[in-house]
Amino acid sequence: MSRATTIALYALAHSRSGDKGNRSNLSVIARAPEFYPLLDRLLTADIVALHFAHRNPSAVRRYDLPRLGAFNFVLDDLLDGGVNASLGLDGHGKTLSFHLLGLELELDPEAARVIARVTDGAPHP
Amino acid sequence: MADRDVMIGCAAGFARDRKDSAGPLIATLARHDGPRFLIYEMLAERTLALAQKERHHSSDRGYIAAFEEMLRPYLKACAEAGIRVIGNFGAANPHAAAQLVADWAAKLGLADLRIACVEGDDLLGRVGIDLLAASEMENSVLADRPDVLAINVYLGAEPITRALDMGADIVITGRVADPALALGPLRHAFGWAEDDWDRLAAGVLAGHLLECGPQVTGGYFADPGVKDVPGMDAIGYPLARVSPDGSFVVTKPGKTGGLVDLRCVKEQILYEIHDPAAYLTPDVVLDLSEVELSQIGADEVRVVHARGKPRPKQLKATVCIDGGLLVEAGISYAGYNAEARARLAIDTIRARMAFHAPHLRIRADIVGLVSVFGDTAGSALAARRAVDPYPDLRVMFAAEVGSAEEGRLMIEEVEALYVAGPAGGGGMRGQLTPRLKSTSCLLPRDLAEARVSLIGAKR
Repeated sequence: MSRATTIALYALAHSRSGDKGNRSNLSVIARAPEFYPLLDRLLTADIVALHFAHRNPSAVRRYDLPRLGAFNFVLDDLLDGGVNASLGLDGHGKTLSFHLLGLELELDPEAARVIARVTDGAPHP
Repeated sequence: MADRDVMIGCAAGFARDRKDSAGPLIATLARHDGPRFLIYEMLAERTLALAQKERHHSSDRGYIAAFEEMLRPYLKACAEAGIRVIGNFGAANPHAAAQLVADWAAKLGLADLRIACVEGDDLLGRVGIDLLAASEMENSVLADRPDVLAINVYLGAEPITRALDMGADIVITGRVADPALALGPLRHAFGWAEDDWDRLAAGVLAGHLLECGPQVTGGYFADPGVKDVPGMDAIGYPLARVSPDGSFVVTKPGKTGGLVDLRCVKEQILYEIHDPAAYLTPDVVLDLSEVELSQIGADEVRVVHARGKPRPKQLKATVCIDGGLLVEAGISYAGYNAEARARLAIDTIRARMAFHAPHLRIRADIVGLVSVFGDTAGSALAARRAVDPYPDLRVMFAAEVGSAEEGRLMIEEVEALYVAGPAGGGGMRGQLTPRLKSTSCLLPRDLAEARVSLIGAKR
């Protein structure tokens, strides 16, 4: 049985975005406890920065909340000046949680095994 | 001091929130055996600056007028059930809002109702531009000394606690830290000391979870098939049942829509948080690192282990300045080759505006291809091609303009696409929106003195 070598973050986590000025915070909450260590390994600040490269964040930081099974990503200067200055339709960046969830993660064999076990072989969305 | 749990409901998470949320909250609060409070958070950053402008035009205005619909019909029920109300709808004029509530109370026969207003957050005219510019946190928009429209410092829970200690039934504030709306009554009910950092942190966390209203009870959460939420049209607004030790349960009124589960609470815990170990408020620095959640019943999530560190030495203030005019205009293209027609419309407007107003920075999006995920430079849009051969697209133009004339010119140029643009454009709309810019400063605590005054219903 072959498995996809990538998986959308959407299959493993949910997310909500918040804003303060020109800074966006995006939570990433594991859908299952088994996904937390896997995301810890695969979902680095660098990968998230790359996924948002077209918006030129000046810094991307990841904060870990293992007791909540969650991460908090903080992206500086992401919002074209923020809600009071942006020319975009969504100056708050409220929709960006779903852009983050579109990130395709490269799976190593261990990650693929964990996902297969948790989802019980069900196809990925 | 209370040894029973305190229950707090939140009926509004922003100025234009649903008007009928308070009813089910009041019914649940009325049955609670212990102190009970209803809070309203209605004051986003720009909301207060707009209110400041209103007060400037008319000295008896400047509060959030929408609070009448949210509070007046429920005032009698709250008074009868001993539910005390705290809200920041006083905005730029808490005193006028308090007078208004006093009038309603008198008309409702609630002659004993005591109404308090909290003032002192407004520092306009009291802090010079040089100090503001020097204490600006991240930006440097104050460096070239613009006209300042509003300076409001985030007050903490203390004046709210003081007002309740004085016997107020209704406490009306301007700018306070949003979680202080909950921490204030908790300090009043439990007598928590001002350096009881862990309990203060727990109260701030309860307030943080309540302050956006239904965002913790299944609102802003639903993703059909993945995260389903029942009864979206009648979501129950949140309640927190807080124990004397600071642990609390997030829940919602019975027979309402929405849900309270671990996923909703996690999303809201991290909402608008930066460093989770250091969430700065005027009262305490909240550390979320050790917080644990458990589902203890249907729509009941218990929250424990908030930790607190001593409060910051300075207070944050929001400073608002004029932000010019935003012009937006849109036109739709659909069906065969719509993408190429939409892109031609963009090229046409860019060329026309480069002739009329070469200094303008114009953003163009194509809704249906790339818009909210895109960037102002347009790199994401340039890289994207439609998959659907028969798409339904909308081109959106935006620019910040120096004058209304310049804005109208751009709207007219987009409208002229009707006759001079690509084939089949339709549904053109355009609008001009005045803007406010805001920035944050850190100011010494002693610059702000919170004042509490009581107003009786009968005058």
